[in-house]
Amino acid sequence: MGIENTDDNGIQDQHNNDKAVEKNMQTQVTPSSLAAVAGNREVRVPGSEMLGIGLETRGVHAWFGKKHVLADISLDFAAGTVTALIGPSGCGKSTFLRTLNRMHEFIPTAALAGQVLLDGRDIYAPGTDVTKIRLNVGMVFQKPNPFPSMTIGQNVLSGLKLAQLKRSNTDDLMESCLERAGLWSEVKDRLNEHGGALSGGQQQRLCIARSLAVEPQVLLMDEPCSALDPGSTFRIEQTISELAKTMTIIIVTHNMQQAARVSDYTAFFLSDGGPGVMVEVAPTSKIFSAPVDKRTEDYVTGRFG
Amino acid sequence: MSIQELAIPTPRELTTKPRRSDQIFRGVVTVGGMASLVILGLIALFLSLKGIHILQEEKLNFITSSKWEVITDDTGSIAESSFGIGAMLVGTFLCALIAIIVGVPIAVLSALYLTFYAKGAAKKILVSLIDLMAAFPSLLYGFWGFFIFMSSAEYWAKLLNKYFGFIPFFDVPAPIFERSPFIAGLVLAIMIIPIVTSISREIFDQTPLDRIQAAYALGASKLAMIRAVVIPYGRGGVIGGAMLGLGRAMGETVAVYTVLNVVYQINWQVLFGAGGNVASLILLKFGEAGPYEVDALMAAGLILFVLTLFVNAAADLLITRFGGKGR
Amino acid sequence: MSVMVEPLPQKPWETTRKQRASTALLLAIAALLSWLLISLTGLNGKAGYLSAFFVIAATLVFIQQLRLRNLAAANDSLLSSFALLGMVITVIPIVSIVATVIVKGYKGIHFGLFFNDMSLNSVNDPINQGGLLHALLGTIIMVGGALIISFPIGVLTALYLTEIRGRLSRPIKFLVQAMSGVPSIVAGLFILSSLVYPITKSLSGMMGSFALSILMIPTIARTAEEMLLLIPNELREAGVALGGTQWRTVAGVVLPAAKSGLVTAVILGMARIIGETAPLLLVSGGGDSVNLNPTSGPMGSLPYYIWKAFLTGGTEEAFARAWGGLLVLLAFIFILFGSARLISGRKVM
Repeated sequence: MGIENTDDNGIQDQHNNDKAVEKNMQTQVTPSSLAAVAGNREVRVPGSEMLGIGLETRGVHAWFGKKHVLADISLDFAAGTVTALIGPSGCGKSTFLRTLNRMHEFIPTAALAGQVLLDGRDIYAPGTDVTKIRLNVGMVFQKPNPFPSMTIGQNVLSGLKLAQLKRSNTDDLMESCLERAGLWSEVKDRLNEHGGALSGGQQQRLCIARSLAVEPQVLLMDEPCSALDPGSTFRIEQTISELAKTMTIIIVTHNMQQAARVSDYTAFFLSDGGPGVMVEVAPTSKIFSAPVDKRTEDYVTGRFG
Repeated sequence: MSIQELAIPTPRELTTKPRRSDQIFRGVVTVGGMASLVILGLIALFLSLKGIHILQEEKLNFITSSKWEVITDDTGSIAESSFGIGAMLVGTFLCALIAIIVGVPIAVLSALYLTFYAKGAAKKILVSLIDLMAAFPSLLYGFWGFFIFMSSAEYWAKLLNKYFGFIPFFDVPAPIFERSPFIAGLVLAIMIIPIVTSISREIFDQTPLDRIQAAYALGASKLAMIRAVVIPYGRGGVIGGAMLGLGRAMGETVAVYTVLNVVYQINWQVLFGAGGNVASLILLKFGEAGPYEVDALMAAGLILFVLTLFVNAAADLLITRFGGKGR
Repeated sequence: MSVMVEPLPQKPWETTRKQRASTALLLAIAALLSWLLISLTGLNGKAGYLSAFFVIAATLVFIQQLRLRNLAAANDSLLSSFALLGMVITVIPIVSIVATVIVKGYKGIHFGLFFNDMSLNSVNDPINQGGLLHALLGTIIMVGGALIISFPIGVLTALYLTEIRGRLSRPIKFLVQAMSGVPSIVAGLFILSSLVYPITKSLSGMMGSFALSILMIPTIARTAEEMLLLIPNELREAGVALGGTQWRTVAGVVLPAAKSGLVTAVILGMARIIGETAPLLLVSGGGDSVNLNPTSGPMGSLPYYIWKAFLTGGTEEAFARAWGGLLVLLAFIFILFGSARLISGRKVM
């Protein structure tokens, strides 16, 4: 599964890809088929390629005011892996994701307990420089949000400007980021146009390119494809697979088939009215074929959620 | 059966016959709504009616000359007259300019503080305080400016003159520093700060959250985020707010009258205690003006009206096109 | 499934005690240095202290951030410093003005103030003679008169913008905005030229009401529009779905729901014009005795009372009278604003 071919048949390929993805989506969802999809991925042994750095959470709790929304989340995201966080809406997956790059604290009533270790160091330790954390742990949001006042090229490099980082080869950096995000061929002649002129899927890939420019070790993705059409979704999933070769990726998704397609590990979150908990985490093929917890099994077989 | 084979019909025209009470309702409301147009039109009309002959007589002189005098002969009728508001126009712009230069940066900084730094109870109190300040009558600002603020402002004027007096702007023909356009401009600045702060704060408040979060997620500091997201978004609206402040400063009467020593001469040297603006001129001359002079004052009022109308129109355009919810 | 002990929520991102202490230390050093600077150079005055302290403190914080973190963080600290400075500069005049009015106005108040007028006294007489009854009543009458004119027009304008939303909405919104920028003295001149000179040939309270309503209408229209927009559309749809005409829906559903908002609009309109001086100086005459008839005879008002005391007096008593009048005026504005806040329960302006 490589990045799409970059010749001029782009549109025809896109059309074919759309059809292929739609066909995929039409097959019936059963755990075994999810497991089959998961099993089709190349098996990667974590740690065999020392790329990216690992993230680990120990006993993370989160509150908004008095409301306890996350309880005792302990997860280990090994370097270079892709982990999907699945679960019904409202169970705290996005909140958890935001604790990983310290965006959680923007809500005035937010509170936290536990530790989040990036490369072994707690990112909430007193005296930590929060902007440095966010340079190492990037985020792609659900709704594409390129900066409308900047051109496409400026958008890609905006992270450097915002953090006041100096780089000598910005043009090469821009090209490589757009290439890795799977957007270069479509915008290479349009770098001076405004960011808002692109389609939804292109905007999201622009946001991915933008977050790559500051060279993060970990990339957090909060339902990045939920607002996009199947064709764009497919391309972004291809991008994720490529990116996973050099960084750790954590992706929140509502779409179990997407989790099956892209992730090495999957964690299942659940909230039964109280705080969200992490029910089970396992290699993706296993969680869909032989889940340990009954609640997981109920969810992946579609009995609820 | 493909989509292309279906003939797409044209949409039907949806009409309704409104009830009589509704027709009356709509009529009444529309007439009421047009009141502003009518009133503004009447203002222009009546001011012109009374003042137009003065403008015709003086022609362009009215705006450029700085002579304002009426000479009556022994029988009380007008022997000679010359009306020119040039000096007062200069004063209007000067005081308003000082007000903008000093007041707008302070207001924008305050708005940034309120939106992005203030929290909780402190924020609520500060916002209320500023809204309250916008409701203070100009009389109050004038008195406070005259009795309390004057001494400090005079001291600063003297300092400015001492260190920057080589610039002709800051030089003075005689060491009279009180009741100068500079001080009037400062008082006007203090008057417009609440308005501009409120408008700017509303605009900053409406900056789309997703862009703010995108900036922070990329590792931006608050300053970087504001420069990259808030300023581009709110720039037009804030300028519109500043122009509203400008309009207010240009039309201000009693505050300027109290603080400024209204003397009829063109005075560019802001630190020197003499000057005036069109509004305070009208107030000054009104008390003793005979009917002929009153017409000239009407003409002056017409010019002021057109001027502030223009500024407010530009402000409205900027705010509604560029700045969130218009005001 | 074991019973989990819920740990205590923390906020590790808030400034720690250590950070607060170091900031306090920096500020103390800045205060010391600026005191040194003041005593060694000729810099003087409150503004001198403030600017010296600000420059030194901001520089110290900048350097601290530069050493602890990096240039981006140091620049960020500059913005925080300047934003705080802007806020402080904005607040100082408010505090000074209110304090001045209270301290100076207190001397101009006496018990009989509200029961006497100035028909028998001059402004230079001792404070305990004469009063502002005529001014108070005049203001109440003129504001009331302005309200009678402005309220219907303002509300109708707002209704046009929110309920009918016809093609004229954009121009009307623009015109309301333009009208709110009309200088108050121009409003006075307009009434003079259109009503006083051609028709009545005399100054009176009614003329004052007319002039004030020009200033009041935009405030009421804007606030009423804001409040009407807050009424959820579902209410209108419910009325119409029940078969109501637009008129019935507006009169029976929307307006009652917006009651408190309309009251707020009225209160804010009153606060806007209660202190207006210039038009009243031109058209209302400003008499010294109580005049309850708005159609004939000059009518006093609080602004006129204050203005007259200031301009025609020259003695301490006269100034004290003026400040006393300002205190009464300010008290009214506070009361109006407070009530508006209470009634609408949200940000008001």
